[in-house]
Amino acid sequence: MQASLEQKYNFDVVRWFTIMAVVYLVVGASVGVYIASELAWPFLNFDSPYISFGRLRPVHTNTVIFAFGGCTLMATAFYSVQRTCGVRLWSDKMARFTFWGWNAVIVLAALTLPFGFTQSKEYAELEWPIDILIAVVWLSFTINFIMTIATRKSSHIYVSNWFFLGMMIMIVYLHVVNSLAIPVGLFKSYSIFSGVQDAMIQWWWGHNAVGFYLTAGFLGIMYYFVPKQAGRPIYSYRLSVIHFWALMFGYVWLGAHHLQYTALPDWTGSLGAAVSIAMIIPSWGGAVNGMMTLSGAWDRLRTDYVLRFLIIALAFYAMSTFEGPVMALKTVNALSHYTDWTIGHVHSGALGWVAGVSIGAIYHLMTRLYHTEMYSERLINFHFWTATIGTVIYIVAMWVSGIMQGLMWRAYDEYGTLAYTFVESVDAMHPYYAMRAIGGGIFLLGAVVMLFNVLMTVRKSAVEGSLTKARALAVAV
Amino acid sequence: MANYPKTKVKSLQEWLEVNIWGLVIATGLVLSVGGIVEIVPLFFMKDTFEHTKFPEIVWDGAGKEAIAAVDDAGKTQWNWKAGDGVRPFTAVELAGRDIFQREGCYLCHSQMIRPFRDEKERYGHYSLASESMFDHPFQWGSKRTGPDLARVGGKYSDEWQRQHLRAPRSLVPESVMPGYPWLDETYLKGKRMQRHMRGLRRVGVPYSDADIAAAPALVEGKTEMDALVSYLQSLGTMVALDDSKVYRE
Repeated sequence: MQASLEQKYNFDVVRWFTIMAVVYLVVGASVGVYIASELAWPFLNFDSPYISFGRLRPVHTNTVIFAFGGCTLMATAFYSVQRTCGVRLWSDKMARFTFWGWNAVIVLAALTLPFGFTQSKEYAELEWPIDILIAVVWLSFTINFIMTIATRKSSHIYVSNWFFLGMMIMIVYLHVVNSLAIPVGLFKSYSIFSGVQDAMIQWWWGHNAVGFYLTAGFLGIMYYFVPKQAGRPIYSYRLSVIHFWALMFGYVWLGAHHLQYTALPDWTGSLGAAVSIAMIIPSWGGAVNGMMTLSGAWDRLRTDYVLRFLIIALAFYAMSTFEGPVMALKTVNALSHYTDWTIGHVHSGALGWVAGVSIGAIYHLMTRLYHTEMYSERLINFHFWTATIGTVIYIVAMWVSGIMQGLMWRAYDEYGTLAYTFVESVDAMHPYYAMRAIGGGIFLLGAVVMLFNVLMTVRKSAVEGSLTKARALAVAV
Repeated sequence: MANYPKTKVKSLQEWLEVNIWGLVIATGLVLSVGGIVEIVPLFFMKDTFEHTKFPEIVWDGAGKEAIAAVDDAGKTQWNWKAGDGVRPFTAVELAGRDIFQREGCYLCHSQMIRPFRDEKERYGHYSLASESMFDHPFQWGSKRTGPDLARVGGKYSDEWQRQHLRAPRSLVPESVMPGYPWLDETYLKGKRMQRHMRGLRRVGVPYSDADIAAAPALVEGKTEMDALVSYLQSLGTMVALDDSKVYRE
């Protein structure tokens, strides 16, 4: 039964994306730890243009979001769409093109960003030729996904596919509109939008890169892998319908909350804030649905390391989607905006939720794709604790530094003058920046262990011949 | 096509769950609403920009005459002076802005002062939308690892800025900013700046032909360091803001 799947489905492309995801996790986290260290110990910039903070930071964000996140999404989407539709990918060729095209984008990013080729829009830094390649590759991914569903053998489209689909369509909108630019050289262009309109479009993109790429897509992962790993059906179908449509409709509005009290008209910022607060309900809908899937099987958490990752990820998801609406409140935003609190919030989502659910899904995938057990369960457990502890240290450091910055900037002394100069606030951040680098380092250690574990599992599978056997059997059947 | 038995569809939701194209279209429509409502009006509503009510915010010479040009004696002559209103960047300032983008300065420095008492005292008058109307892309930023730069122009001398960019900790020991000594090594290119200005003109920045013609002479012999400093010195100096006026609700 297991064996014939190798013939029925295209697992090759899933395997490639899965391995590359783990590689990019290590690369992206390494760059992250390095730039975090640059903020704590600025001599690490070494007066070199190619590794200075401003040029490396986009390398970090692009690697973790688009290289690690992208490969994870493509691996899991291609895997789960085949399994839930009971049919092979619509086009093997397009899938191969998606793999090589996406990796070409990543290589081009690594080759251009350190040289300062950037559109300077956060998370959309890549210059116009690469943007065109991204659009082509993304469309090939999307069309292949939709056509696979169109040729499905099952009657209804499973919920995980709705979320993947929503993400794909929204990213097309966002990427095309936000990247509209006038080229003035091979690697230089200017956004066709300016000032206030450009700001709104950028954060419409920026928050929905989070809301769709890093949330809807990963909820798709959650809806397939949590029930699979737990061996139980999803808790509530009705809840999934409601929170799907609420998420699709609502998330799009949130970008404006990044621009409160700026020169953006007040109505737009307030609208963004109001919808942000309402979004806590659909967000928690997803978290509850995932967690309650485990009801009656909570004891599995003691023994099932993969499930642990998935559930702690949902806990971080619930926490950061509570924190987000709080930070969108105007009074809180007045304090938190421009501070490290935002960075901490992003990482509780990115390390806790996105990486957590990805890692869980990847461990689940590894055993199915290589037809063998993981090389070491103890190392998965070690990874679980390093990832969790590293994330918590990171978030706590940024909470403290962020709130402290906000308070120091607005503090007055008894004579009614500003109590602190700006640089005093910079100085006060030093211990927390060091703590953040350490937290990130612990998280990175776990990622390195994961890469080792994954590669050893591939080797183990090769030694056992389990994949070869599965393939041979498939042909014989 | 699918070979599953047809079941009777009971609701719109279920219809979408068995029709992929219906689901694609419904999702696509639902996803488009928020963006349309929040973004499109910004292009049409007059009070998005303050200069519709206070026209003096924008320099009326933009696009008609050169902002600045080098005369026969080799001296830079300005047709615009500080406080005359928002104008496009000169070729040198634009080169500086390109460098500001290239080095990722916007990742640690905002250019958007919010209307709070402490920000007014620390950075100056709150920023107006009209002030960044020629900024492609916007440089408002999202993080203040370093201070806001929206009105940094004129706060420090050119020499201070140069030294600070080369070796920040030689002037501010607690700073965590990287040094940018390599900016002294490269000279600006007139042809390239003309190309950049023409590109910006195509997306609506009012550069006159005289501005583009003046670019090569303006950037002649200038380093990237000169350009970045002249960009920084221009920030916030364009409009003479009046504290007695309410520019924005």
